[in-house]
Amino acid sequence: MEDTDNDNKKIKLEVRNLVKVFGPKPEKALALLDEGKSKTEILEATQQNVALNNVSFDVYEGEIFVLMGLSGCGKSTLLRCLNRLVEPTSGSILVDGDNIPEMDEEELLNFRRHRVGMVFQSFALLPHRCILDNVAFPLEIQGISQEERHEKAEKAIGLVGLAGYENSLPSELSGGMQQRVGLARALAGDNDILLMDEAFSALDPLIRREMQDELLDLQERVNKTIIFVSHDLDEALKLGDRIALMKDGCVVQVGTAEDILTNPETKYVEKFVEDVDMAKVLSAKDVMKRPEPLVSVTSGPNNALHLMEEYGISSVFAVSKHRKYEGLILVDDATEAKKKGLGLEDIIKRDIPAVSPDTPVSEIMPLVADSAIPIPVLDDEGKIKGIIIKGSVLAALSRMEV
Amino acid sequence: MADKSYAIFPKIPLGDGVEYIVDWIDTWFGWLLDAVNYILDIFVSAIQDLLLFIPSLIIILLFAAAGWYVTNRDWKMPVLIALGLLLIQNMRLWPEAMETLALVITAAFVALIIAIPTGIAASRNETVEQIVKPVLDFMQTMPSFVYLIPAVIFFGLGDVPGIIATVIFAMPPAIRLTNLGIRQVPRELNEVADSFGATPNQKLFKVQLPVALPTIMAGINQCIMLALSMTVIASMIGAGGLGLNVLIGIQRVDIGMGFEAGLAIVIIAIILDRLSQNLIKTGG
Repeated sequence: MEDTDNDNKKIKLEVRNLVKVFGPKPEKALALLDEGKSKTEILEATQQNVALNNVSFDVYEGEIFVLMGLSGCGKSTLLRCLNRLVEPTSGSILVDGDNIPEMDEEELLNFRRHRVGMVFQSFALLPHRCILDNVAFPLEIQGISQEERHEKAEKAIGLVGLAGYENSLPSELSGGMQQRVGLARALAGDNDILLMDEAFSALDPLIRREMQDELLDLQERVNKTIIFVSHDLDEALKLGDRIALMKDGCVVQVGTAEDILTNPETKYVEKFVEDVDMAKVLSAKDVMKRPEPLVSVTSGPNNALHLMEEYGISSVFAVSKHRKYEGLILVDDATEAKKKGLGLEDIIKRDIPAVSPDTPVSEIMPLVADSAIPIPVLDDEGKIKGIIIKGSVLAALSRMEV
Repeated sequence: MADKSYAIFPKIPLGDGVEYIVDWIDTWFGWLLDAVNYILDIFVSAIQDLLLFIPSLIIILLFAAAGWYVTNRDWKMPVLIALGLLLIQNMRLWPEAMETLALVITAAFVALIIAIPTGIAASRNETVEQIVKPVLDFMQTMPSFVYLIPAVIFFGLGDVPGIIATVIFAMPPAIRLTNLGIRQVPRELNEVADSFGATPNQKLFKVQLPVALPTIMAGINQCIMLALSMTVIASMIGAGGLGLNVLIGIQRVDIGMGFEAGLAIVIIAIILDRLSQNLIKTGG
């Protein structure tokens, strides 16, 4: 089972004080960095570009960790340092306790072969090979026999939903399908860590969203440690269990999507997140109110009317034992029932739309927009967790837009 | 009129220097030259004998079949190939044509054996590229006749010096295009090889060469075409084949003979070009 508690999570990858300087004599730039000089000062003094400036962060096992930032912020360089496609200048990268920058050639080869896979922005499929052989490529490199690698590749192809395309050439597939192949290739070797470099940025928006959903689905099944580079905040918020926001080679803030949105630590983060469509980020649990008042479905209309009068509302939710949701009682119906001597069971409205705590606000808005009645928020067992009214949704959205 | 100002400085003895170096090589590396001469001679004679031993109709059929294969079973190319070769046979130029073909095959083969590894080396190492590039510029702009002179000095007259001059002349485009093809492999494809733990050799043979193949094939095509054109010129130093007929045609002002031999060369050129070009399209 997966732990949800952060303290119990195992650290898979630990980056400490990572520095990357592009230039022929990085020692000089390193010394200046130690003096606390800025990236621009160093560029002026030495003509060397500090791409990563003392980057430190942890990635937990089984999470999707998003490196986020504008182009040129160093996120792709950082990703490539993790498997040493780019040689870090100094600092350490510990994966399960092994320090990547200190590995010799053979150790590095084995690390790349067995422990880390990569997915590329431009898909980077080999044009002369069919899908099956593209996916089997990492296994071929390892010297695995054709029979075994084809078997494993077919499994990976099935995992990404491309069964039946084994003998097609990459050029015969659409962009979305090609990137599935890229994903299958990274999964074929069954490596623990997946590095994804702007993996969905080259796809058009509809396909991109579809692929994001599928990645989340897939992650439920394969449970890899995924480090995902993106320049798209919506994508980062959707995919990332945690997000590291980068600027000018530094990690500015690391946290969950909500941390970053609600408590931006610096002006930069604040500015970055201000354009976010909050309706996609917030979910029902963020905007719901306490479920008060509630009336027991076994009590009478008098009780319901009394509660409505007390709270100044025109409807009240009825529950059975343990706050199990039953339906809505409207004030007019209750008055009628009182006259005719009916029970609440007879007048309860059970066809009110309900949502779950994780339903995004964007899906709730059309439900509340044109109705005066509130919406119940129910958990998996059908218990009422909260209620949403039009006012609280609008209030939550406007509060964020400061 | 008699501008003697250039004579203020004594002439730098460049020509003498080159002559001295050539003499020196001849003296000290004569054994190596002899070995090269011997091997190439056996090679070219064997191919020539084989081509002349096989009945001409069978060779025509083989070429037509090759045309049929590289065009994915189209009938036009094999028919044109067969007609062209039959015309050469009809002009009674078949033995000369086969001799030229043997020279081209040998020269192109040797040129590619040197050129492709050189191109690969240049693509992987900046220093090698910086050395190779000016040498290639030199080789390509130097008038091709000039190569005939050292070839004659080192190997005397005959087929082998013709092949050597042809090899030098035909090599540059194959080197350049191999280098270019590998350098044009997209960065991310190279990263694919690296990120999944490929060794440098696996990267070369499984990613770089296959991806660069169309460009390399274009270089091979150029190499073959240049080899054909140079074997004709090489007839001036005693290489046999159709080029010799052209040369005799010039010397005797025999336009009929010159035209027939020239036409045969054009036919062979078109056949070799179309075959190697279609080989590129069908993916090697």
